[in-house]
Amino acid sequence: MSPTSVPSKDQDGGAALPSENTRRGRAARRRPFVRFLVRRIVTALLLALGITLVTFLLTNLVPGDPAAANLGQRAIGDPAIVAQWRADHGLDKPLPEQYLIHLSGVLRGDFGQSQQSHRPVADDLAEFVPATLELAGAAILISLVLGVAFGVVAALRRDRLSDHILRVTSLFGISVPTFWLALVAFYVFFYRLQITPGSGRIDPGMTPPPHVTGLYTIDAALSGQWDVFASAAGHLVTPALVLALYTIGLLTRFTRSAVLEVLGQDYVRAARAKGLPARVILFRYVLRSALVPVITVAGLAFGSLLSGTVLVEAIFAWPGIGQYAYKSATSLDLPAVMGVGLVVGVVYLVINLIVDVLYGVIDPRVRIS
Amino acid sequence: METAGETSANGVLTISDLTVAIHGKEILRGVDIALRPGQVHGLAGESGSGKTMTGLAVLGLLPHGARTTGRIELAGRDLLSLPAKELNAVRGAEVAMVFQDPATSLHPMLSVGRQLTEHMRHHLRLGRREARERAIDLMRKVRIPGPEEAIDRYPHQFSGGMRQRIAIAVALACSPKVLIADEPTTALDVTVQAGILRLLRGLCDDLGLAVLLVTHDLGVMSAVADEVSVMKDGLVVETGPRGQVLREPRHAYTRALLDALPENAGAETTGTEPSEGEPA
Repeated sequence: MSPTSVPSKDQDGGAALPSENTRRGRAARRRPFVRFLVRRIVTALLLALGITLVTFLLTNLVPGDPAAANLGQRAIGDPAIVAQWRADHGLDKPLPEQYLIHLSGVLRGDFGQSQQSHRPVADDLAEFVPATLELAGAAILISLVLGVAFGVVAALRRDRLSDHILRVTSLFGISVPTFWLALVAFYVFFYRLQITPGSGRIDPGMTPPPHVTGLYTIDAALSGQWDVFASAAGHLVTPALVLALYTIGLLTRFTRSAVLEVLGQDYVRAARAKGLPARVILFRYVLRSALVPVITVAGLAFGSLLSGTVLVEAIFAWPGIGQYAYKSATSLDLPAVMGVGLVVGVVYLVINLIVDVLYGVIDPRVRIS
Repeated sequence: METAGETSANGVLTISDLTVAIHGKEILRGVDIALRPGQVHGLAGESGSGKTMTGLAVLGLLPHGARTTGRIELAGRDLLSLPAKELNAVRGAEVAMVFQDPATSLHPMLSVGRQLTEHMRHHLRLGRREARERAIDLMRKVRIPGPEEAIDRYPHQFSGGMRQRIAIAVALACSPKVLIADEPTTALDVTVQAGILRLLRGLCDDLGLAVLLVTHDLGVMSAVADEVSVMKDGLVVETGPRGQVLREPRHAYTRALLDALPENAGAETTGTEPSEGEPA
């Protein structure tokens, strides 16, 4: 038996990063985050360029002749008219040249002319995109608030009745098809119970609020038209909830498992040993860590939410981009389809950029590597 | 074994006849330990002997579904029967804990300063600036270089040994009377271990802390403990002053533990003086 020797010098190897410690101090700690941000934004821009190429190629690969879809029966029989129509829409040029024309247009905000509405696609998008963003934005907000709250409750009350109820309900939310739910909700709440307003974004006969953001609820609130706000919000609630149900279920389940994992961590036990109040431990220690996977899933869920809007918009007659995309696709209105594809792609990119930045805000290990 | 009446007279924390059962399985079967101010009480034994559970029981941090009997007395109160709110006021303020692995016991996303000050502000009702100054003093006390800068850093920017020093500073922040150190050096390099032990010993002497040092390492024990208890299967089989327990063990199990140590470990240590004297 022999004692562990105790050396006289009080050194233990890690004199933590001395040079950086003294000279460059605070500034050095901030700069990596800026560099991280710049890198993410540059990547996002390159990806946006890629999206224009992909949407362009995919729409042009679609079998089907736009001329046939847009010209009348008699005109299609006349090769001269068809050729003229193709020339008018730039379809007689080689594909790479068409892409460059398309790209330079996009950079100037010109998405071409819709063959369906005979208006610039950019104007159509400006009209329909805000409606969808309002619907999808409300849905993702509802899902984040409810999904995270339900997940935390289920985790904290693990294996008790409330946990079981939440787990079954969230499974229901994930499994039920959105279009079916939309039909049932519309039938039950509007037609039978008459507690929700019908289709559209505001009550018929009401004038939309002055255009600022294009989101009726926000524009109405900005201009102080509270009756319009109430109507817009009332119209928004049911489709947003229907659309949110899947993501609520998804986020509930992810939050539950993330919180359970964090609750078992050493640092949570250490926080208890410090005698911190339970509320502080939950919000500062547990949720901060658990939110990282939850944010990832929420960002991905937003994508599925956007595709879910197509059916929900159709059932609630919501004049959004989903309806517009459907109409353009069935009539092979290529500029409109490309415009929609581009917008959806860019929205997705922005969401992912936000998620990346949030990682950096939450986790110092991402920010300061 | 001393009686509870005797020990509580001069002990700051007295554990008597503590039993712990988890889901019907008995983990501790009547543990008695008395901690005295300014003394390090080593708790030795192999894995699964109940050392860690004893430490966790003091702070009410046992796993879900654990049932306890017996008494853990601190300043006239029984910690086992204390209401949750009052126990929370004891945690961190009167009894603090240092865990085995400093890589996981500090929150990776909170700055060192935040983790050093939050419980001071809660328990001692200190203001932001006051708590920060105190935290810098604490970091100086546990010998973190450049504390004014280091306080704004995050755990991943420190080495293992430095992190354990920070964890010790966190534990000491509210000037507790009792420190429970659960294998505080096990996850660290051998070269770093000695520094941490020296620090613990010094703090114990300077601040009059009562330390319960849980370790499976009898070498660690012999370096710093005043009193040693040896545990086996949820029971303390032998308690006494370090010299007596380690040199003239009375219990067969203690002897077996000592025999299991590598022969003459002192001869092959890193070259520094293999002293076993008081490393003050």
